[in-house]
Amino acid sequence: MKLARVVAELGLEALATGDLTREVGGGYCSDLLSDVLAHARPGDLWITHQRHLNVVAVAKLRDLAGVVFARGNRPSPDVVARAAAEGVNLFLSSEPAFEVAGRLHRLLHP
Amino acid sequence: MKLADLAGLLGAEFVTGAEHAEREVTRAFAADLLSDVLAMVQEEGVLLITGMTTPQVVRVAEVMNMGAVLFVRGKYPTQATVEYAAGAGIPLLAASRDMYETCGLLYQAGLRPAKRKGFRLDLPSGPARPAA
Amino acid sequence: MTSPQAPPALRLRRIYEVAPRDLDRAGTVSTEVRRELLALGMSPDVVRRASVVCFEGEMNMVLYSEGGRIILLVKEDRVELLFSDRGPGIADVDLASQPGYSTAPDWARELGFGAGLGITNMEQNSDLFKIRSRVGKGTVVRATILLGVPFF
Repeated sequence: MKLARVVAELGLEALATGDLTREVGGGYCSDLLSDVLAHARPGDLWITHQRHLNVVAVAKLRDLAGVVFARGNRPSPDVVARAAAEGVNLFLSSEPAFEVAGRLHRLLHP
Repeated sequence: MKLADLAGLLGAEFVTGAEHAEREVTRAFAADLLSDVLAMVQEEGVLLITGMTTPQVVRVAEVMNMGAVLFVRGKYPTQATVEYAAGAGIPLLAASRDMYETCGLLYQAGLRPAKRKGFRLDLPSGPARPAA
Repeated sequence: MTSPQAPPALRLRRIYEVAPRDLDRAGTVSTEVRRELLALGMSPDVVRRASVVCFEGEMNMVLYSEGGRIILLVKEDRVELLFSDRGPGIADVDLASQPGYSTAPDWARELGFGAGLGITNMEQNSDLFKIRSRVGKGTVVRATILLGVPFF
């Protein structure tokens, strides 16, 4: 499913957007950068409560479809600026990770 | 959802507390950061879904009166942590699935997120929107 | 006859030592405090809030300080938790109190700590909250939970 459709269906707020025509292969839910580096698959949409600057670097390295900051955990402007510069898609959701992951899963695997 | 049904759905096993298999959980919170759990969970009896297996996870579950802890990503706690949980009466389950799939399956089975109202976690700085 | 100015009677006092970097024991003071308050018949809300405050204060002490102690005081009208450590102190308390601000090293983040919510969680669960710190000396926190006051 295209990222643009996922964003619309889940009601995500766009913080930094590059390529919204990307295909979302699945989801990955984790607050541990090392875990995401080791286990997330390219094309995954990463759902996290983490908002460290390194989130952007990890998303880029793993070629993720984007990052959703859950439970309204808005990242600081320098994180958003870095993502915009790197072409990493960042989104915000007011829902906690469980809900975002649940809805994404229902969307991709009804 | 009963813990027994949840275990069946996910292919999860009881690490300890199988005697609580009939316990009902209706709300879940998924996180690896413990302060997040402490900040966002207000209700009792919530299911904690986490990839963290430190002794602190079980202590948090205890002080928050959580219903059970479900470890994901094939993570397994140490024997000391298991014994502590058994003593505190907190069921521990372990699943090899990742957190996303676990949340997805439980959400689709009807579990809903634990939420807390009126807790502001945003940075004071305003939203930074990308140029359209 | 009791004067109206008489301090509230002390029902319980406990002192706990907290060792730096002791991750095996970190969090046990919180579970002890919870048991003490439950034994006194405190309401679930008071017990939960005090436990959260204690857990976060204890984790901060274990992760960042040179060790210190936690004192639990239960009075007729309040539960007080006093945290005092042996340093290194916090240079900018306002900054450290901001949600999301954290100086946690990577190893701590990978263990699920360092979300930057420690002081926020302590404040949010207290009715009165005071933190004082001096670099090179240490940090003192007094968190008070009033009994019989509705909490929002």
